[in-house]
Amino acid sequence: MLSVWAISRLVAGKDLRVEWRSRVVSNQVVPFAALMMVMFAFALDSDSVLKRVAPGLVWLAAMFSLLVIVQRAFAVETADGALDALRVAGVRGAGIFVGKALALAAQLAVLELILLGAAIVLYDTHLVGSGIALLACTYLTATLGLSFVGTLYGGLAAGAKGRETLLPLLMLPVAAPVLIGATRATEAALGTAGATTSDGWPWIGLLALFAVAFGIGGTLAFGSLIDE
Amino acid sequence: MEPAVELVDVVAVLGAFPVLAGATLRVERSEIVLLRGPNGAGKTSLLRLCAGLLPVERGTATVLGVDLVHDRTAVRTRVGLLGHANGLYADLTVADNVRFWGATVGASAEEVNAAMERMGLADRLADVSVGRLSAGQRRRTALACLIARRAELWLLDEPHAGLDAAGRDELDATLRSAAVAGATVIVASHELERAGSLATRVVQVVGGCIREAR
Repeated sequence: MLSVWAISRLVAGKDLRVEWRSRVVSNQVVPFAALMMVMFAFALDSDSVLKRVAPGLVWLAAMFSLLVIVQRAFAVETADGALDALRVAGVRGAGIFVGKALALAAQLAVLELILLGAAIVLYDTHLVGSGIALLACTYLTATLGLSFVGTLYGGLAAGAKGRETLLPLLMLPVAAPVLIGATRATEAALGTAGATTSDGWPWIGLLALFAVAFGIGGTLAFGSLIDE
Repeated sequence: MEPAVELVDVVAVLGAFPVLAGATLRVERSEIVLLRGPNGAGKTSLLRLCAGLLPVERGTATVLGVDLVHDRTAVRTRVGLLGHANGLYADLTVADNVRFWGATVGASAEEVNAAMERMGLADRLADVSVGRLSAGQRRRTALACLIARRAELWLLDEPHAGLDAAGRDELDATLRSAAVAGATVIVASHELERAGSLATRVVQVVGGCIREAR
């Protein structure tokens, strides 16, 4: 039997190949996220306000886009019974969880970079040299946390009726700490809302703790979750 | 050689409803067995139990030498269950799908190619997206995935559904060659005439119990 890590690489590679061939994230989700950033600018319509709230808007747009990516990641699995087939084939749930989360994290990371770029262009936000390491850590920990939560709740909702509306209801409240932590840390990294770089590091601890907790919890629980 | 499937007085329930009520069945290796019976008789439940998806409530059940009462998950990597869905990824090509499913058991590139060749998928269809295939071609791809996964016991639920005459002939030929190659095949089907001519033995399932028909 293959190791959990081997299964993870296999599943992640398959998910990224599905995206490469279908281009759903690049052709639909990225434009959706960019459009959200433009709509935020229309709604707030004030340079000073936009500059101050830019980190929060980036992470809100990332979370809403994540919902679409997670729905898509599990629609691919359930459309022709592939998730059931994986379960029947005895493929380890932990490997499926880690693989899907890694593929999700890769797609989300690219999307977040585009959102940050959009914030710089549209909201007149600036990167500060001293904040780059903090920003990188924020992106790493928040992306992993969101990916683990998204995969766990995506799997939970995959077999349920009304999964399109159920997923946001389940996932958004749980992911709220990531939204708060990532926003505060990004504010500190970008120097907005009067924050300094040193204010951001405690939030990295929260984000890392969240990612580790959901990473371990999801790895242990996912097999039973899809087996039920 | 031990039988592929040996069930003795097996009871299985789904919720509070007994789906198998004292089923006894023995299937030898390389047999092709047809399960027939009315809707709700327990055919699908029997297949799911053999695949290790349904717990054994009472009785004894051994599949490919694995005791399902004590560890029903251990048999899953050796069994291929094909229901109404094919378990394929529509955006991936035929080759990608077979390669992926083969890789779940560590199959080599040669094994994957051999599986595609056996199902007539190695040439012009290999690089076609599964979403663009006909129902018959998808079925063949799903069977190639079972071969690549080295499934020793094939559990097929209504495999002829949705196939045209040519597709059905191809499927029958595939199942016969799989049995010759050493796989054991259990088919649940309403297409009695077709599946009956394919099977080496017909088993009647009624009310969760099993009666030998021939």
